[in-house]
Amino acid sequence: MSITLYVPRDSAALAVGADQVAERIRAEASARGVEISIIRNGSRGMIWLEPLVEVETDEGRLAYGPVTADQVPSLFDAGFLTGGDHPLAHGPTEDIAFFKRQTRLTFARCGLTDPLSLAAYRAHGGLVGLERALTMTPEAILETVTQSGLRGRGGAGFPTGIKWRTVYEAQGPRKYIVCNADEGDSGTFSDRMIMEGDPFLLLEGMILAGIAVGAEKGYIYLRSEYPHAIDTMNRAIRILKDNNILGDDLLNAHKAFDVEVRVGAGAYVCGEETALLDSLEGKRGVVRAKPPLPAHRGLFGCPTVINNVISLASVPIILAQGADFYRDFGMGRSRGTIPIQLAGNVRHGGLFEAGFGMTLGEIIEEIGGGTASGRPVKAVQVGGPLGAYFPPALFDTPFDYEAFAARDGLIGHAGIVVFDDSVDMLAQARFAFEFCAIESCGKCTPCRIGAVRGVELADKAQSDIAASGDPAPHYAIMRDLCETMKFGSLCALGGFTPYPVLSALNHFPEDFSGEPRRQAAE
Amino acid sequence: MAAADEIQSAQQATARAIAGAHSHREGALLPILHAVQEEFGCIPPQTIPAIADVLNLSRAEVHGVVSFYHDFRDTPAGRHVVKLCRAEACQAMGGAALAEQLLEDLDTGWSGTTADGRLTIEPVYCLGLCACAPAAMIDEKPHGRLDAARLTTLLSELAP
Ligand SMILES: Cc1cc2nc3c(=O)[nH]c(=O)nc-3n(C[C@H](O)[C@H](O)[C@H](O)COP(=O)(O)O)c2cc1C
Ligand code: SF4
Ligand code: FES
Repeated sequence: MSITLYVPRDSAALAVGADQVAERIRAEASARGVEISIIRNGSRGMIWLEPLVEVETDEGRLAYGPVTADQVPSLFDAGFLTGGDHPLAHGPTEDIAFFKRQTRLTFARCGLTDPLSLAAYRAHGGLVGLERALTMTPEAILETVTQSGLRGRGGAGFPTGIKWRTVYEAQGPRKYIVCNADEGDSGTFSDRMIMEGDPFLLLEGMILAGIAVGAEKGYIYLRSEYPHAIDTMNRAIRILKDNNILGDDLLNAHKAFDVEVRVGAGAYVCGEETALLDSLEGKRGVVRAKPPLPAHRGLFGCPTVINNVISLASVPIILAQGADFYRDFGMGRSRGTIPIQLAGNVRHGGLFEAGFGMTLGEIIEEIGGGTASGRPVKAVQVGGPLGAYFPPALFDTPFDYEAFAARDGLIGHAGIVVFDDSVDMLAQARFAFEFCAIESCGKCTPCRIGAVRGVELADKAQSDIAASGDPAPHYAIMRDLCETMKFGSLCALGGFTPYPVLSALNHFPEDFSGEPRRQAAE
Repeated sequence: MAAADEIQSAQQATARAIAGAHSHREGALLPILHAVQEEFGCIPPQTIPAIADVLNLSRAEVHGVVSFYHDFRDTPAGRHVVKLCRAEACQAMGGAALAEQLLEDLDTGWSGTTADGRLTIEPVYCLGLCACAPAAMIDEKPHGRLDAARLTTLLSELAP
């Protein structure tokens, strides 16, 4: 009897040798005359255990990881094909504490199946939402999405149902669904994991959006840094077309919807929705002034839904299980679940989906297990390069849009980057300015020039510290500059760069005076 | 000279054909530029008039788009492209020191190409490999949990 193994094909697994592991398992099995079949699944999200090899046994799927190709023979020797014990064994995958504590709604299937098996997608609850929606009126779909409380996962947290309704009610020669798969925020990878690990889910979400608002064409604007996601999405689109789930008469329901992948070209600002639309139109990715909203005049001047990958991928389960089911998770005005991405210097890095409301401390200490280096946590940056740095003193902040805003931070796309005590926060503040300078679209002066000035100020402060001078005057100007950027920028690139800068200044003053570092050097 | 002219006009003809093949698409310029760069390893400046002509745009418009995006280059890269992540999660795991060391060893700078034309080192801001940082992409292949030794090995394994 053939034994089934799973070796992920997610980029993060490939980055740490999953292909070599799969190859070695095949070679070893054939040398030992054992019949196996390997499914290349998505990732379960426990990236620190990648490559995570799973073996299908009578007791369910058992996990071994992180496996290197060299360790494969010893796994065979230990009888891992029948659940044999080994130093890399973790028991049933779904009993691993990191996994067990999650509420996996959007990521329910990710890592479970071959991402491009439509049969597996159906077998695990795929297309239920779409089939239900096809029996509903657009009004009823819009109402369900609105009632679910789903807010955009791209960063701004705007209610998805309201956005869709605006497009539904808007008049135009045609309408578009645009999926924002630019995922530029450092420390985030949930969009990538869905596209590589459960691509049909995203497409189902886009079709649902199309049916709800009356759009027949969708684009996925996908960053060029994600070649595997591009390939997987293109193949998934082909498969759905061949199966009449995308096309002129999808599921014979007299509705048409088509999707195309468009590849970005390495510009962070193109994740901003209006810059993205300009880029899709073949122009420079320059931010547009609003109004008009994309919902009224978006792509090629037509009413356009533009949503993040996770926003769209959360809709199928809402349609399948109902608005109440989804809304019952979460806290306050942050409803449902959020895929938190733990990254950087963290012991258990990966994707953790949970209802809103856990505290930052629980997430970093209990789930993340502290730093990878074993040193104390000094700072965490939440929400990408425009997000604030939080010190452990603020770890009681619950993961909730409003709670973060109240502490001058943002959830953004829910990435958390952990730093240990070797980080220099002045250098991080400098980097925030540098990044803004590199990626600015150039439209507003405070962003374009201010960011460059910010880098210079950080450099001057640094050299004053090195020369035992007083850097304080530079910080006064830096704060002033941040005010100007905050209020004089058209979009959040210039407008939010002050978040990392000011949070670093406010919460880690010791790094800006030079005192402790000079002491440490003595 | 004549040979160079011939290459130029062949490139222009190819660029025109590529542009023509995509011109029916909505917002065709980015797909065209990607395809042209795929073909030539860069967007040769002399192909810009041909692309502009097919799309009925001005040269300045096409040039403006090419120059806006970090991905598009006007001269070909080295034989291998190494994209090293400079963003925060990789910084938290020693990415900056790793990059500094590599650039020093190769005697080049960001976006520079080694003297032998073998390697181009490009900065990238997040590869989505932030939970296995520091990360890089070498010729479209992802690599994580890098350290100096591992990076050196990977680079030495590349074709000359
Ligand atoms: C500089 C900048 C970069 C952004 N990058 C992204 C991104 O990569 N992905 C994303 O979904 N949203 C990004 N956004 C947010 C989008 O502008 C927009 O709010 C989002 O696509 C709306 O979708 P949602 O409502 O589903 O979140 C960015 C915003 C700014 C200002
Ligand atoms: S803030 Fe910066 S990126 Fe945003 S529109 Fe202005 S110049 Fe462009
Ligand atoms: S920050 Fe380096 S891969 Fe994301």
